[in-house]
Amino acid sequence: MLKIEGLTAEVEGRPILKGIDLEVPAGEVHAVMGPNGSGKSTLSYVLAGREGYEITGGRVTFDGRDLLAMEPEERAAAGLFLAFQYPVELPGVGNANFLRTALNAVRRARGEPELDAMQFLKLARAKLKALHMSEEMIKRNVNVGFSGGEKKRNEVLQMALLEPKLAILDETDSGLDIDALKIVADGVNAMRGPGFSALVITHYQRLLDHIVPDRVHVLMDGRIVKSGPASLALELEAEGYAKVAA
Amino acid sequence: MNAMTTGAEAFLGRFEGLRAQLPGGRTDWVAALRADAAAQFRAQGLPGRRVEAWRYTDLSPVAALGFTEALTLAEERPALPAARAPWRAVFVDGRFAAGLSSLPPGLAARSLAADLDAARGLLGALAEPLPLVALNTMLFEDGLFLEVPAGAEGGTLELLSIASHTQEAQKGRPIAFHPRHLIRIGQGARLTLIETSLGPAAAAYLHNPVFEIAVAQGAQLTHVRLQQEGRAGFQLCTVLAAVEAGGTYDNFTLNAGGRLVRNEIHAALRGPRAACHMNGAQLVADGQHADTTTFLDHAAPDCASRQTYKTVLAGRSRGVFQGKILVRQAAQRTDGYQMNQALLLSEEAEIDAKPQLEIYADDVKCSHGATVGALDEAQLFYLRARGIPAATARAMLVEAFLSEAIEGVQDEAARAALDDAISGWWQREGA
Repeated sequence: MLKIEGLTAEVEGRPILKGIDLEVPAGEVHAVMGPNGSGKSTLSYVLAGREGYEITGGRVTFDGRDLLAMEPEERAAAGLFLAFQYPVELPGVGNANFLRTALNAVRRARGEPELDAMQFLKLARAKLKALHMSEEMIKRNVNVGFSGGEKKRNEVLQMALLEPKLAILDETDSGLDIDALKIVADGVNAMRGPGFSALVITHYQRLLDHIVPDRVHVLMDGRIVKSGPASLALELEAEGYAKVAA
Repeated sequence: MNAMTTGAEAFLGRFEGLRAQLPGGRTDWVAALRADAAAQFRAQGLPGRRVEAWRYTDLSPVAALGFTEALTLAEERPALPAARAPWRAVFVDGRFAAGLSSLPPGLAARSLAADLDAARGLLGALAEPLPLVALNTMLFEDGLFLEVPAGAEGGTLELLSIASHTQEAQKGRPIAFHPRHLIRIGQGARLTLIETSLGPAAAAYLHNPVFEIAVAQGAQLTHVRLQQEGRAGFQLCTVLAAVEAGGTYDNFTLNAGGRLVRNEIHAALRGPRAACHMNGAQLVADGQHADTTTFLDHAAPDCASRQTYKTVLAGRSRGVFQGKILVRQAAQRTDGYQMNQALLLSEEAEIDAKPQLEIYADDVKCSHGATVGALDEAQLFYLRARGIPAATARAMLVEAFLSEAIEGVQDEAARAALDDAISGWWQREGA
């Protein structure tokens, strides 16, 4: 599904990613764990297509397509979803309008019919219910005045509506209490299946108790230094990055 | 300085030639009013940038054009856009077009030129000593004369101004017209006025309207102005409003058209508990200059005023906001608020903002603020990362930026007209 080969990237002339090799097959959930400053967020932004990151080498294919040649919106339409570490507030943009515009843009790009306001509302209500979220959430402006947990839940709602093939969860656990963490994890787990892959990027092992990965990769100083089964996360938690990676 | 003098003299010269032809030309009180205005205009001239109120807006392009007064030309019947309200007063080149209008019964809506005698004592009653008001008084050819009777539920009336005579303009003779609108809302009465001004795309012309608006005790006027003049046109509009006790004047102005436009509003809150909301959106594209200048005079206690202006600038364009709030000594417990914000979509765009508070009362709540910024890259990326194409994402963020100023427009017809005007602008200029 996602294949990263020798990916190097700079921010303002400073090398951050120094040769990433990583493959996430269809239907699998992989975790990328690493200490602060290892390049975790850069990796997720580069994959989603944010400006300001200079790709200096390597390639990324997504579902057989050259991901790095695509605009951010094309990546989303192709089925890539980034759950933001810090979801952005959009004052003056209603959440329902935002969600419907996004969903219809993606549906249009995929050659599917757009949903009218009534059809959308019906779908959104069903997703909200499945995620144990209040309907109030879609009546407010996007993320404005949301608590940290509400923002992350709104990310999961967007994911549930857009039904991506690959979700990148960028430190989705940061700032979440245990109840919010469970809701987020349940949302991701509900999507697991042969058509859904995820890359769970995190500093701590905690989230991986709830979203058990098929494989764990250790990112340090811009490189994957070790890969292993889910138990590697526990090892990292117990012994620290420096020792495990040594 | 020379160009300005020339511009003023040309207007004065045409006034001398037209004196007898102008409405009320043979009526003493009107002739005297016009002569006084001419003397004032002769003394002041077209305002230059050395005048503080005109520091950011340069009228020399207006002064440089030799206009033909539209009054001297035959009447035209241009095509009209679809109606927004059941009743509509249409003005073509500043003159009332009876055949194109349908006026509401019971609101005493008529042509000012046709009923000038009834305006004696009202016309000029709210005039300030402003050069463009003097120019208008000197040369006005017509206008809407509306007296909503006390207690009347006036509904919604559309005021449509169309600049025509494109052929004259193509011959290098741009036209000028100076409508004078008298709007009087009787005690406890209500009215929504949706005013749209349109003009040909490529022809230069000058539309110099003056509104004198009197809102009586407990009355309410919602005035929605959709300025969509042609891109080579000039609109210099002055609104003079006086609100009595418990009355409300709401003005929303969209500045979306024209080459150079000024939306100048003077509102006086004259009785206790009067209120004024002045909101606006300026959409300024490459080559355009849009100026909103407000003057809020709190002259009585317990009054409230709210102003929110948003300016979006694209290409090489310039926006101006000047807003002064005067709180007189008598105006205790004034509640005043003013916010102006600009969104620059281009590095070549410029905004000048000058808020001013002048407060003589001691028990007052008054605040103002201003911001200038570009589209937020993080917001743009967030939308695009959800599959929303870049152009749509930008439009959504511009709309969100404007929303605070626009949400006050509650009347459905006005809101629909406004939304259409904004999306039309975005399709033409923004994306």
